[in-house]
Amino acid sequence: MLKRSILLKLLSAAIVFGAWEIAGRIPVSYAFPTFLESMSALITLTLEGTIFTAYAETLKPLVVGVIISAVLGIGLGLWIGLSAKFDWLFSPIFIVMQSAPLAALIPLLVMAYGIGLTSKVFVVCIMAMPVIVLNTSGAVRNTPSVFKEMARSFLASERDIIFKVIIPAASPIIFSGLRLGISAGFIGAILSELKITPTGVGDIITYSRSIADYPSMYAAIFSIILLAVLFLNVLEKLENYLFEGNNRGYASD
Amino acid sequence: MPQIDDAPEAPAAAGVDNAVSVRGVSKTYGEVEALKDLSLDFPRGQLTSLLGPSGCGKTTLLKIIAGLLEPNSGEIEVNGQPVTGPGPDRAFVFQDFALLPWASVVRNVAFGLELRGVAKPEREEVAQKYISDVGLGGFENAYPHELSGGMRQRVGLARALSVDAQVLLMDEPFSAVDEQTRRKFQEDLLSLVQNENKTFIFVTHSIEEAVYVSDQIAILLPRPSRVLEIIKPSGFRHKGADTIRRDTEYLDIVDRIWASLRSYVE
Ligand SMILES: Nc1ncnc2c1ncn2[C@@H]1O[C@H](COP(=O)(O)OP(=O)(O)OP(=O)(O)O)[C@@H](O)[C@H]1O
Ligand SMILES: [Mg+2]
Repeated sequence: MLKRSILLKLLSAAIVFGAWEIAGRIPVSYAFPTFLESMSALITLTLEGTIFTAYAETLKPLVVGVIISAVLGIGLGLWIGLSAKFDWLFSPIFIVMQSAPLAALIPLLVMAYGIGLTSKVFVVCIMAMPVIVLNTSGAVRNTPSVFKEMARSFLASERDIIFKVIIPAASPIIFSGLRLGISAGFIGAILSELKITPTGVGDIITYSRSIADYPSMYAAIFSIILLAVLFLNVLEKLENYLFEGNNRGYASD
Repeated sequence: MPQIDDAPEAPAAAGVDNAVSVRGVSKTYGEVEALKDLSLDFPRGQLTSLLGPSGCGKTTLLKIIAGLLEPNSGEIEVNGQPVTGPGPDRAFVFQDFALLPWASVVRNVAFGLELRGVAKPEREEVAQKYISDVGLGGFENAYPHELSGGMRQRVGLARALSVDAQVLLMDEPFSAVDEQTRRKFQEDLLSLVQNENKTFIFVTHSIEEAVYVSDQIAILLPRPSRVLEIIKPSGFRHKGADTIRRDTEYLDIVDRIWASLRSYVE
């Protein structure tokens, strides 16, 4: 079974890359390189070390932003989910945040926090946090009441109910919020580098576009997607490890 | 001679030793009036069945006794103390099992002890004993979704037994097990009632089951629920487990209960 799922993943990757290669060869646009050209550009960037220095730059706001979003987002989400008052107070903020046009907010952020790391972290958080908060609070509020009732009948304290019932019961949806939030955080990190100051991977994209080195540009984009996919897989492993019984054998892949 | 015969009757007649007593309890859910002025005593060390049509408020009454629901009026006493919430003297077997899907069978069974702060090796040893007792040996590390309905129900049963409470509140505990297992459980329940000085409050839909296992049967009316009749089968309790079902008193009581319930079904 495990072998088969790996095979299927390889097959779907082969189909996507094959389509990319064909589209590049037609070509659909003079600015669209083939898959192989992009890969060789990626290898060059790797050998030169450019990609590593770029990620050293890009990962800073990404990691800081994602950690803040995860910790604060889950914390706030629990709080909002557990108390009706905070739901009233905070939920609207995150719903607005989730639907706000980020590009319009960036100039405001730059005005307030300058063009440094802070603004970029903010962009990552604005992208990542709302879905984490909203998923967490929704999942907490929808914990099946039979579980809470059962725990109470066996003398659980409020604390036990939160840590031994509500959080484990909510964990699949909290984790799916984390996955969505972290993907959005990756987008936020790149967006901030394109819109605020070109640094890191955003710099490779901007620079190689300006000199019409499209393979390098796509190589950079490809690398960020690859990193996101790898990271999400690690997260899924962690989830399965922590809450094994919640995985009913049809977990997404 | 008459004195000797009367002796066992004395405490029951005086009505002193009730483990649980329910006095004038009413409960409404919004517009729905589930219980109305219901009073009922549960003698210590005996098994009392609640028998009544679906939706008549049996689960509601059990949850009120457990301290999980507040009645709108009336009071509950357990061992003479008014109930204000759940307590260590009562354990609940849930109609819908209420097993934690992320926890293995052992952890589910030991969950009550875990919440009481019993150390892991100790509580797992206790859990292990009850897992074997309900016939789930070998499934300790399985998860609830890997079990059949009847097996899940037995996990819920083992969890309630493992906390060693004096009063067991059992909400249709045998509804999802097959007929063979059910008969075996009924026999096990009888010996449990006999050997341990626990008080059982047992909800069932089956008239035969109620008559077979109960010292006292309370027949509840449909919503709003009150006690229609209390029946105390006594004549055949000392007979062997397999002869009870052929006993004339057993069969008479089954008929009598059916006769009083049938008017509410039609
Ligand atoms: N949480 C609730 N909110 C509103 N109404 C409820 C709630 N719980 C129960 N009721 C109503 O109260 C009545 C009694 O419910 P209860 O679950 O106690 O019945 P029951 O006798 O256990 O039925 P069954 O034999 O089918 O389990 C039902 O009519 C039901 O509709
Ligand atoms: Mg019920």
